[in-house]
Amino acid sequence: MKPRVAVVTFPGSNDDRDALRAIELMGGDPVPAWHGDRDLQEADAVILPGGFAYGDYLRTGAIARFAPVMAAVRDYAEEGRPVLGVCNGFQILCEVGLLPGALIRNRGLSFICRWIHVRTEGPSDASPNFSGGEVLQVPIKHGEGQFVASQEEMARIEEQGLVAMRYCAPDGSIDERFNPNGSAHNIAGLRNPMGNVLGMMPHPEHAVDPDLGPTGGHAVFDWFLSGARDRIHA
Amino acid sequence: MRYRFELIVSLKEGLLDPQGKAVQEALPTLGWDNVPEVRVGKHIELLVESESRIQARSQVEEMARRFLSNPVIEDFVILVADTVPSAEGAG
Repeated sequence: MKPRVAVVTFPGSNDDRDALRAIELMGGDPVPAWHGDRDLQEADAVILPGGFAYGDYLRTGAIARFAPVMAAVRDYAEEGRPVLGVCNGFQILCEVGLLPGALIRNRGLSFICRWIHVRTEGPSDASPNFSGGEVLQVPIKHGEGQFVASQEEMARIEEQGLVAMRYCAPDGSIDERFNPNGSAHNIAGLRNPMGNVLGMMPHPEHAVDPDLGPTGGHAVFDWFLSGARDRIHA
Repeated sequence: MRYRFELIVSLKEGLLDPQGKAVQEALPTLGWDNVPEVRVGKHIELLVESESRIQARSQVEEMARRFLSNPVIEDFVILVADTVPSAEGAG
């Protein structure tokens, strides 16, 4: 049985269709969901896609976090179902407090749109399914992707192994020169302590079709869909 | 009664403010080379209908904490409060 994956469309989302298509390509059963929905149609997992929900007014993700659908997303996170937030979805997960820290304007102020490399971290006790040390080529396209957190929060993030991926050189070495937006500790993606919530600035949904370029997104969706399959058998 | 408030939201001290830095670096090109620091924040005006000034102010504080600012990265200051009689409308 294919795992059902809900992809939430907010007003201003623009990567929802690519996310639905990526789920299909990667062997899942994609289900479109709406920000005003109260439930997620019994999906096994949920994706908050990229875009500019509510025009990014006030702060990125600040208004989206109060959308009716977010109560269901919070339930999924607490029940241990896979929750993936990409780009704007990552910003929403931070605003709603499911992931620590915040994402602010890029160092250098430019909107950045290009292919980059990230190195995955783990496995940790938190997320045994996410294998570490892999170098993935994936695109970023954001104006506000600089990850920040207080010093105490950063210490906790590192101590609990919550970093899911860091910006890196093509050979996988972590180097400030390959940090595109000034993120603290080169952080490109974070997980929650339970390991079922992943937020990341790069776009795995744009990196799954070999006809269109690199396929760094496969590792992310393999992790995500295997977690969703576990929910079916659970 | 209606009470008018102004809210200043700014990035926490010590956090790099890329917008402020860009403005600060632009100033010397216009001849002002004596401005070592610029911070850019948000200014929000609110009109609150409430029974008392104290009640209105504490509501503004809660709105600022829970929604209008993000405590992870921002600080806020509630600046002025002035009273507008309800009969005058929103003017």
